Amino acid sequence: MTLVLPDPEVLCAALVRELQPHVTADTALVGIHTGGVWLAERLHAALGIVLPLGLLDISFYRDDFDKTGLHPQIKPTQIPFEVDARHIVLVDDVLYTGRTVRGAMNELFDYGRPASISLAVLIDRGGRELPVAARYVGARLDVPRGHMLVLDRDENGKLRLKLDA
Amino acid sequence: MRNPQLNDKGELQHLLTIEGLPRETLIHILDTATSFVGVTAREVKKVPLLRGKSVFNLFFEPSTRTRTTFEIAAKRLSADVINLNIAISSHTKGETLLDTVDNLSAMHADMFVVRHAQSGAPHLIASHVASHLHVINAGDGRHAHPTQGLLDLYTIRHYKKDFTRLSVAIVGDVLHSRVARSLIHALTLMGTPDLRVIGPMTLIPAGVEKLGVTVFHDLERGLRDVDVVVMLRLQSERMRGALLPSAQEFFKYYGLTPEKLALAKPDAIVMHPGPLNRGVEIDSAVADGAQAVILPQVTFGIAVRMAVMSILAGN
Repeated sequence: MTLVLPDPEVLCAALVRELQPHVTADTALVGIHTGGVWLAERLHAALGIVLPLGLLDISFYRDDFDKTGLHPQIKPTQIPFEVDARHIVLVDDVLYTGRTVRGAMNELFDYGRPASISLAVLIDRGGRELPVAARYVGARLDVPRGHMLVLDRDENGKLRLKLDA
Repeated sequence: MRNPQLNDKGELQHLLTIEGLPRETLIHILDTATSFVGVTAREVKKVPLLRGKSVFNLFFEPSTRTRTTFEIAAKRLSADVINLNIAISSHTKGETLLDTVDNLSAMHADMFVVRHAQSGAPHLIASHVASHLHVINAGDGRHAHPTQGLLDLYTIRHYKKDFTRLSVAIVGDVLHSRVARSLIHALTLMGTPDLRVIGPMTLIPAGVEKLGVTVFHDLERGLRDVDVVVMLRLQSERMRGALLPSAQEFFKYYGLTPEKLALAKPDAIVMHPGPLNRGVEIDSAVADGAQAVILPQVTFGIAVRMAVMSILAGN
């Protein structure tokens, strides 16, 4: 199929502009492994956020564990700040069914009670199965079911979107 | 012959022994455990992975530490845990092992954690139960104690990083030790070049060299320049006949004192599976000293058991 994929570098810059007015001293970014972490690293630096970056691997919170088992490569979750009373921006590369975000919110609540959680994504591809919405969106893109849209990073650190059938 | 621990897809279905497992499986367990160490350090020490699952601790042999760490591991995965101290219940009423297991399976068990004085008992249970059930060997006779071997492996990797340049000495009652056997298999699989067992002639099993270890009967020679010292508990309750003159004499020749530890590398770590016999196999000054990592072993043990349980339950 022919689907023109946007340049993630451009979308990333747009997200920075969108997020900037909402950043305060209590804003914390949490990237979801793996693509979300790459994006969150960029946003964290560009927005000059004071609190250290949080990293989340939601493998222990997935709702398809009974079907698919444990993910073969789990990366440690690191939340290096107090979650209580913080305004947390979850960052992921692609928003699709909303199940990952559900898992991420559950995991965050095991660290404390945030003042708020909002969601920033590079691409919203539709197809939601849960009532989840992103507050900050780089681009909306119609990707048919059965295709995998993921963020990729080359050896120079440049981000690229990849579509797999 | 098919490995009885693996399912049709080659995934880990039961954990009975480290012997014969692929190296990748061991690394996967250790890597997964790293993520669980983070979970056990936070405010809510629980993840929902095994919600709704029932884990039965079947202990046919007394144990406090291992049973407790399995119980904590299962609870931190949100499983329901049922502890059965069978040494003092149905077993004494004459019920067979497999009848006990059938009864518990009828109560919708998902996982059995088994400790038994007879080598091979967990294997018998694993070959008997329905295919959706998982069995973890928590120590069988003199055969194996795979989760202990894995937590020892985890501890060594945590402090020493690279197995391929390590000298490791296992000291004491190797003859009765399933811990030693599991650790030897694990370290060999990870490519440890220098593995030594140290103990009196009567406590070193015949033919142990075939596992790829060097035997020493002199502690001072054996400890020279090692990176890791694993002290074994002197299993006096397993002693049959006169293998040793006395615990005091054992300590004189094989007890780890600060002076003897000084022969190892200056940054050598000291491990012990517990419970400690102070003044028998280890001096208090060593057990409480800066080189001892005996308590971190316990903490890592929970994370390793969480990793094993969640990998099995997902396969």
